[in-house]
Amino acid sequence: MTTTAFLTDSTLCIGCKACEVACKEWNELGDDGHTWTGLSYDNTGAVGHSTWRHVKFVEAAPLLGFGGNAPDLASWTFSSDVCKHCEVAGCLEACPTGAIVRTEFGGVFVQPDVCNGCAYCVVSCPFGVVQKNSHDGRAFKCTFCYDRQKEGLQPACAKACPTESIKFGDIEELKLAAQVRVEELQSRGMQDAQLYDPIETSVKGLHAMFITRGDPKQYNLPPNPEVPTVYLESAWKSSALAAGVLVLGGLFAFLGSARR
Amino acid sequence: MPGLGTSFGRGGATTAQSDLANADAILIMGSSMAENHPVGFQWVMEAREKNGATIIHVDPRFTRTSAMADIWLPLRAGTDILFLGGLINYVLTNDKMFREYVLPYTNLSTVICEGFRDTEDLDGVFSGWDDIKKRYDHSTWQYQNVETLGYDEGHYGGGGHGKEGTGTSHPNGCERDETLQHPRCVYQILKKHFARYTPEMVEQGSGIPKEQFLKVAEAFTSASGPDKTAAICYSVGWTQHSKGVQIIRSAAILQLLLGNIGRPGGGILALRGHASIQGSTDIPTLYDILPGYLHMPFFKSGHNNFNDYILRHKSRKGLWFNYDTYFINLMKAWYGENARADNDWCFDLIPKLTGDHSHFGYWLDMREGKMDGLFVLGQNPAVGASNGRLERTALSKLKWLVVRDMVETETASFWYNSPEIERGELKTEDIATEVFLFPAAGTAEKAGTFTNTQRLLQFRELAIHPPGDARSDSWFMYHLGRRLKKKVEGKVGKRYEPLQKLQWNYKTEGPLKEPSISQVLKEISGWDLTSGKQVSGYKELKGDGTTASGCWIYSGVFPAENLNKALIRSPKNYLGHGWGFSWPNDVRIIYNRCSARPDGRPWSERKKLVWWDEEKQEWTGIDTPDFDKKKRPDYQPPEDATGTNGLAGDKPFILNADGVGWVFAPTGLMDGPLPTHYEPLESPLHNPLYRSHDTNPPEDKKIRPDNEYAPIGDGRFPYVLSTYRLTEHHTAGGMSRTLPHLAELQPELFCELSPELAADLELVHGEWACIYTPRSVIEARVMVTPRMRPLWVQGRTVHQVGLPYHWGYNGLVKGDVTNDLLPISEEPNVRIMETKALVCDIVPGRRATGPEALKQWKAHKEEAA
Amino acid sequence: MIKDLLSRWPVIKQIESGSWRGTGEEAMTDRTKSLKPKHHGAEVAKSVCPYCGVGCGQLVFHKNGKLVSIEGDPDSPISRGHLCPKGADSFELHTHSGRLKTVKYRRPFSRHWEDIPLEQAMDMVADRLWDSRERSFTEQQDGQWLMQNKTVAHLGGATLDNEENYLIKKLFTGGLGMVCISNQARI
Repeated sequence: MTTTAFLTDSTLCIGCKACEVACKEWNELGDDGHTWTGLSYDNTGAVGHSTWRHVKFVEAAPLLGFGGNAPDLASWTFSSDVCKHCEVAGCLEACPTGAIVRTEFGGVFVQPDVCNGCAYCVVSCPFGVVQKNSHDGRAFKCTFCYDRQKEGLQPACAKACPTESIKFGDIEELKLAAQVRVEELQSRGMQDAQLYDPIETSVKGLHAMFITRGDPKQYNLPPNPEVPTVYLESAWKSSALAAGVLVLGGLFAFLGSARR
Repeated sequence: MPGLGTSFGRGGATTAQSDLANADAILIMGSSMAENHPVGFQWVMEAREKNGATIIHVDPRFTRTSAMADIWLPLRAGTDILFLGGLINYVLTNDKMFREYVLPYTNLSTVICEGFRDTEDLDGVFSGWDDIKKRYDHSTWQYQNVETLGYDEGHYGGGGHGKEGTGTSHPNGCERDETLQHPRCVYQILKKHFARYTPEMVEQGSGIPKEQFLKVAEAFTSASGPDKTAAICYSVGWTQHSKGVQIIRSAAILQLLLGNIGRPGGGILALRGHASIQGSTDIPTLYDILPGYLHMPFFKSGHNNFNDYILRHKSRKGLWFNYDTYFINLMKAWYGENARADNDWCFDLIPKLTGDHSHFGYWLDMREGKMDGLFVLGQNPAVGASNGRLERTALSKLKWLVVRDMVETETASFWYNSPEIERGELKTEDIATEVFLFPAAGTAEKAGTFTNTQRLLQFRELAIHPPGDARSDSWFMYHLGRRLKKKVEGKVGKRYEPLQKLQWNYKTEGPLKEPSISQVLKEISGWDLTSGKQVSGYKELKGDGTTASGCWIYSGVFPAENLNKALIRSPKNYLGHGWGFSWPNDVRIIYNRCSARPDGRPWSERKKLVWWDEEKQEWTGIDTPDFDKKKRPDYQPPEDATGTNGLAGDKPFILNADGVGWVFAPTGLMDGPLPTHYEPLESPLHNPLYRSHDTNPPEDKKIRPDNEYAPIGDGRFPYVLSTYRLTEHHTAGGMSRTLPHLAELQPELFCELSPELAADLELVHGEWACIYTPRSVIEARVMVTPRMRPLWVQGRTVHQVGLPYHWGYNGLVKGDVTNDLLPISEEPNVRIMETKALVCDIVPGRRATGPEALKQWKAHKEEAA
Repeated sequence: MIKDLLSRWPVIKQIESGSWRGTGEEAMTDRTKSLKPKHHGAEVAKSVCPYCGVGCGQLVFHKNGKLVSIEGDPDSPISRGHLCPKGADSFELHTHSGRLKTVKYRRPFSRHWEDIPLEQAMDMVADRLWDSRERSFTEQQDGQWLMQNKTVAHLGGATLDNEENYLIKKLFTGGLGMVCISNQARI
């Protein structure tokens, strides 16, 4: 089975939110309430238990290359956020019930018939993706349309996206395509175009990569995402050390008192 | 539509959406295409990726489209003609015309008659202006040596949707000067008309900085010539103006001068807003036309007969030579064997028009209590039409109202929860209107065709039956008609004949007894009455009563008993041949004779589309030729030849009687043969060009106490207001504010304004503001954004405020009705209202509720400037 | 039975599969393993989006007379399978709880709706239409045929099918002489 991935090229995103809706339709998710946030045109706020694709709107200083033609004009960029399906996934590592599994396509899938709502996964995701639905009691996130992939179909969001900003396919091919695209964008004068795929951190790379302009932080993509369980080793060592010190200390105390 | 119709011959987009990928430059104006036609916009993006095309967006706001463009120009709303005229001036001044195309294919060299005077001569009007009747006499706009029948009195009440066939009845007699030196040739008139539309004037009037204008002018006009083409995309940002038709005319002139019409990657893509709005003008539920852009007959005493009607509209040359044939075929489709030559094809049975029977025309009668009943089928005027207060109050004067929709729209519920009820202006228990609200079927629940923005008919298969008592509109009309036919059985009298003779024998299908949609589509496509077989296209239609077709331009969609071309789904090429049926005749890029030189060779390898095959002696290519297949490029017509035989082999615009694109439009338009900048009906500024005429002279403002206007420069309303759409919602909201997944994307009405204006008025982002106009007051959330910019125009700062219009008082998410702020106005040709440029005031705080709201609004109106 | 229980125990599966992590197939439930897309085995109708003028192709999946899902049609040369947020919400458009399913009728001066049967509603509308037409139909003007009714009007059409608009114009104008016909287009 090939490992599939998303490449979300935000330079092609027109901020239409077809991805948000197509995902909700396919996965029969509810709405997030009807509140106007005033955050540009973004009223869904963030990825969560009932929003698995979320378009971020960034009104910022002008970016040269395209969009806006004078230094004092605004620019507006959009990027569709999603579960990163990390190579080493914090949620998967933390899940104590075996609800979260790695599929044959390399995606990270929460089995709703196993999840007990402990929410360990929620605090372990470096991107704040997975969220518990307090009415339902379970944790939910993007399934990478596992049901669709099983029949060779592309995820609902990728299929809907009007400008193919969301690309779906073989991960190696997409990594190559991303490189080519970033070079192309830079040659057009967009020096700040970059690929977000943190392979050096404990996450060890994403199965949902992003091409963005400017600082990826603006699009909810943190600079050094770490899987919390990466600290487990040192945590165990520290615990072991602490335990050892305590035992030794206890021994000394007893031996000392025994001698006396 | 008349903008494109008079210029080229047909009122529809000239190209296919996928063809935009071939453009070398694309100008998007009067549209935020990425927001309102997002899937179509993929082709614009592809033009950049494939061709390195420059994408230009000109708009009062920096929208999601501007974010994707290479260049965005901020524009004062309502100054589109200044900008486009500036581009025309740039082309003429810098010799950017594609001469080899323009000379043979347009009327640039045609000489206009001696009596013609331009707006430059008469301070803002053309010759023939009657200031008392407020309309033009077109006789001085005609070609030299060409007679015209002129316009009837009745026509002035009428619409401009139909194509005029007269006026150039002897085009071979018209004078041309290929050197373009004659002082009255179109070229010289054009030069003079646009002489003052300099980059400086553009900056002064519209606020676009001169250097930026020149940058765009150069980028766009350089994408022209044998090897390059550029396309223009527009939508209601151009049409919903008091001079909307003329704005489109400006674009048409520009594209003709640059040689972009009928060529790949060129053309004008009219982006229509609804799934089948193109269809609803082709097979029109419009008052002034019949299917296929035939005219509804106007009552003219003494000339109220078939022969005079045909004489009025038939032309000697070009495709409209067959006007009578198309009309006869329609009558045969409607009345069958009852329509015969000896009764003038039942001409007497169809109603004659006597005035303005358009939406606003009859709505004002409704307001005065003169109407009995109204059918509202899939429209929501209580939210979607201008001057919501007037619209809804008028509904309360009806005896009966029938609304058909999928949800309870604001139109259906006006009698218990509209703002007028809330404010106490209307009381439910005093409203006599009987209301019927029928549940309607959704598109997956009925079979039928839509015609999309690129003239493509696509048939939808039935998936499931509608729930409960929901039915399709064909079911409704068919069974209503059946009942009415029963009422006239056995009755005697001329008034009963139309219904008695109407052919209404549709087979019904399925458990719900739906009328057979295939049967209706076959009727539209046309058949031979003697053989019973379908015809293959409009060329087979005859004027002797042996054929029938409900809409000649759609003829050929169902060319054989079991062949529904609107349903075929095997696309063969990028233009989409093999997928659906594009009218006319499955041509995808119309006027494509222009894609070849006068001698028939392509202009270039890169831009070839249709060309002459000398061996096969026929036109061939990637597209279906929009031309007589066998007509040689060097064909010269004999003097007395008629129809398309009367047009030479290098005359691509076969619906125009002289076969050429009209840079100058001698007939067909009520407000001038050339576009002229006028201010919007409400503006903070006077017309920088003409002192005597601020606004479009023949525009009908329908001024009345409940439809007041602010005079130019009114200090009570100092800001420009523009209304628009968002991706997340659809029109009046019945199909989006009722759906949880869309409602959450844009839950509240908001206004957009610049940080500078917010600071001036102490408006705070996220809080509320009241927006006032002479018609009403509404409240909206405040969105302060640098995407809105103050403009420097005529020596002062002009601020613009933006408002989307999707909200109403029903649905999951509610809000005030933006259209309550707008006046009813009628553009002179098609009677469309001006929504894109008006004036307003904006004040922090919430709107009062109940009767207090009225007092709040009146107090604001009455305060001194 | 014990054997069956043991074979389903993830620990056993982990040991058997040699994958000690317990995060792959060995931890998958039957539901996960047999997951299918919800439109598996459904019939498909070819359709077109009801929203804007682009005319995106849609595939309507249905089973046993009920809608399952509506997606883009990848074969369309116009849309290439894509949809905007509105088109992507077409399923909800057809199935949301606010959809009307009965005819609602409001008597003059009434404060509320009543549900009435469809056929009765059709009869009532036909009667009113006919009465209005009869009351105000003008056969002639200046002794010539006018054949016009101006007191009943129609509005709408841009969201309707061509066949529907055809029947409207044919019946209203061709059959009844109604001239007040308009829709959202004009231009």
